[in-house]
Amino acid sequence: MSAISTGNQSNAINRRNFIRLSGLTGAALILGVSSRSGEKELAAVGDVADSYKLTPYIIIEKSGKITLMNPKPDMGQGTFQSVPALIAEELEVPLDAVTILQTSGEKEFGRQVSGGSTSVRLNYFSLRKVGAAAREMLIAAAAAKWKVQAKDCYAANAKVYHKPSGKSIGYGDLVETASKLAVPQNPALKDAKDFTILGKNYPRPDVPLKVSGRAVFGIDVEVQGMLYASVAHSPVFDSKLVSYDDSDTMKVKGVQKVVQFQRMLGKNKYDAVAVVADHYWAAYQGRLALKLNWDHQGHDQFNSKDYEQSLRDMATKEGSVVHNDGDFDKAYKEAPVKLEAFYETNIVSHSPMEPMNCVARWNGPDSVEVWVSAQGPDLVKGELSRTLGLSRDNIKVNIQFNGGAFGRRLYPDFASEAAMIAKAVDKPVKVLWTREDDTQLGPFRPLTFSAMKAGLSADGKPVAFQHKVISPSMGATMDEKRNETGESSSMTEGISTQQYELPNMKNEYVFSEIHVPLAAWRSVTSSTVAFAHECFIDEMAVMAGKDPLQYRLDTLLTKDSDTKRLLTKLREVSKWDEPLPAGWGRGVAQYEFFAGLAGYVVLVSKKSNGGVKIEKVHCVIDLGTVVNPDMVALQVEGGATMALTAATKPGITFENGQTAQTNFHDNEIIRINEMPPVETHIIAEGGPTIKGVGEPPVPPFAPALANAIFAATGKRIRRMPFDLNKV
Amino acid sequence: MASLTLNINNKSHTVDVDPQMPLLWVIRDIVGLKGTKFGCGMSLCGACTVHIDGVAMRSCTYPVALAAGNRKITTIEGISENIDHAVQKAWIELQVPQCGYCQSGQIMSAVALLKNNPKPTDADIDAAMMGNLCRCGTYNRIRKAIHRAAELMR
Repeated sequence: MSAISTGNQSNAINRRNFIRLSGLTGAALILGVSSRSGEKELAAVGDVADSYKLTPYIIIEKSGKITLMNPKPDMGQGTFQSVPALIAEELEVPLDAVTILQTSGEKEFGRQVSGGSTSVRLNYFSLRKVGAAAREMLIAAAAAKWKVQAKDCYAANAKVYHKPSGKSIGYGDLVETASKLAVPQNPALKDAKDFTILGKNYPRPDVPLKVSGRAVFGIDVEVQGMLYASVAHSPVFDSKLVSYDDSDTMKVKGVQKVVQFQRMLGKNKYDAVAVVADHYWAAYQGRLALKLNWDHQGHDQFNSKDYEQSLRDMATKEGSVVHNDGDFDKAYKEAPVKLEAFYETNIVSHSPMEPMNCVARWNGPDSVEVWVSAQGPDLVKGELSRTLGLSRDNIKVNIQFNGGAFGRRLYPDFASEAAMIAKAVDKPVKVLWTREDDTQLGPFRPLTFSAMKAGLSADGKPVAFQHKVISPSMGATMDEKRNETGESSSMTEGISTQQYELPNMKNEYVFSEIHVPLAAWRSVTSSTVAFAHECFIDEMAVMAGKDPLQYRLDTLLTKDSDTKRLLTKLREVSKWDEPLPAGWGRGVAQYEFFAGLAGYVVLVSKKSNGGVKIEKVHCVIDLGTVVNPDMVALQVEGGATMALTAATKPGITFENGQTAQTNFHDNEIIRINEMPPVETHIIAEGGPTIKGVGEPPVPPFAPALANAIFAATGKRIRRMPFDLNKV
Repeated sequence: MASLTLNINNKSHTVDVDPQMPLLWVIRDIVGLKGTKFGCGMSLCGACTVHIDGVAMRSCTYPVALAAGNRKITTIEGISENIDHAVQKAWIELQVPQCGYCQSGQIMSAVALLKNNPKPTDADIDAAMMGNLCRCGTYNRIRKAIHRAAELMR
């Protein structure tokens, strides 16, 4: 069995694919290898490996120029480097000597979505095998040329060396021969001790572009003859546009046309009016001059206060059972010590710094091309195919650097908008949302409420445990094929699969309808349910009269596990057992979910004028293996910042059917003066699975902070957000 | 509409625009320099920060007419030819950016800070940089990089 195959015996097919992908002319010789699934171990780790089609990641030209394809859009999580690094390490080429190209949704590359913290963990072996196979072909080509044994040759710095004689030859001089060889079916991967790229703090190639204004984001793209559009939507979801008056709009100099259409967000269709002009400012002025007559259809009565009360009222309702082990009801009833608590969280926005935008150009009546910051070229293709009724083959997607995404750019409604408007005006169009649009129009991270129960023995051991989630569902608001029952597992993410040894555990999900569009936000449902879960575990420890970290290690984690190892490491690096100054407190939390595993110890101090200050944040993240430790530290710092914003800033509330927040003055995010020091420790000691980086640092932060506040002040926080100045 | 002359990065541009148009859109869409970013349109996030006569200003709310004539506008493209300004060097050394979108504005604020205050304290950095938002959370790196740039400039 093998992971590498030509997919087709003719390398001509590889060449054709490469030429189309990279815009090279016919003169280039290309070495392509493909990966395919078929091996159990690979199926378990690879989404790239899922593809049976050609997946040509490597282009080596006769000149020696090397291009590597990156299938995973960069939104700040570092895939522009970390994914090609997997290939470069095995190919034996220095990363600063290669050109990196973003793929465009070609089928051959399989799934090209940045999401779920999957980019490295699911491609770690399959892409290394791609590089290793190419390296072996180049070595074989050199050996044949020199008439020596391949085993006496090795590759380094884009050259093949002959050990006995010391002679060398560059890859460019070998590609013609190498590309005619059979692709090795089982190339040897390098030993980790020989890595020159993986595991090192290799400088990222996008950094110089990003400190000089040269990185091209979606918003920066211009195509010839392009017009600009600003779009008016109703801030009340599901409003119908009764009529509009654009007479003042048409008086704005530069305005060319007003287009009525529908924004398509998942299953939702929202009426919208676009103003198209010579430049953005004119389009925006024209939009402000529109007189729009909306019928809100009663949705202007919707508000967060009532909706949240409805969730509280559902807390006693029996939900669908997502986990049932033993007999919770009996064990809880008989438990000598009982504990109950109700936790609440709120809706928040993604708010990436780059507002939603897209450039679209029709290249024919049935053929559209877009330039866009989005989390996957393939998902943009799918969305445009769905909303425009086009064949995927007639959709070209050029992914740009994403100015932040955090899940928002998994839903490219703005790309459909650009394509629809461009079609209506028969010219290329750049759609650009305002910050107000971005803040008000969703989709948002859902709120989840949690009803917690635990029964403890007289000596504090858990004998019964329940985590019931009461919430709307993301999928049900976006996908007509998804319903209440189908959503129970995603809305209770991780709560039944923590390593804690909790007997008689029964977890449930209670579904609540909502018309507001909700969607994945960095770390998805774990970002809210972990708050309830890990704060409640703390409450159990306190009830048992034990130190919260000691309780987790000794009582809840008697067996060895990654979680136990993580908490043990946290104890060590945070100096958990050393005394703290008066008025200080420390809190711990961890959370394991689909994306991976991380944990925090947060230290806070009471301020003399009330409230608390975060003094220090220690994070341990368990990865199995690490590609770029410095990038991981950045992702931890970023995850902690994002979680701190969600935990302590107002977030999104609805009043009169629309968000009470419109821009960064009322939808605040953490600023530099509010940022605590963050220290990152990585566990990369191998393990059964490779875990993700981007999302795991988010969920455990808020509970660790709330637990620290309890330790410092005695006040138990059971609702996010909370105000650090008032706790 | 008015014909205005702008000095951007020591180059003269004559533009025919609404004098109320924010400088940001003139720089981006009329002059075509894309390094300066749009983030909020209300001077709340700092992504659009440029220098006007050496002072860090939010171009998203700054009417273009006020920046015309003899005033000197500097954008991220104007602080160095070869990405070798001390602040850029420090940013690269500390690998500050994640998505990078806010970094033009962060750097323009940092350059202005260091020009007036060659050895800023943490409190000085807070005061000068708290108007520049970063959703990716690069703040601790930014702080370190400003201290490092101050060293490099000495």
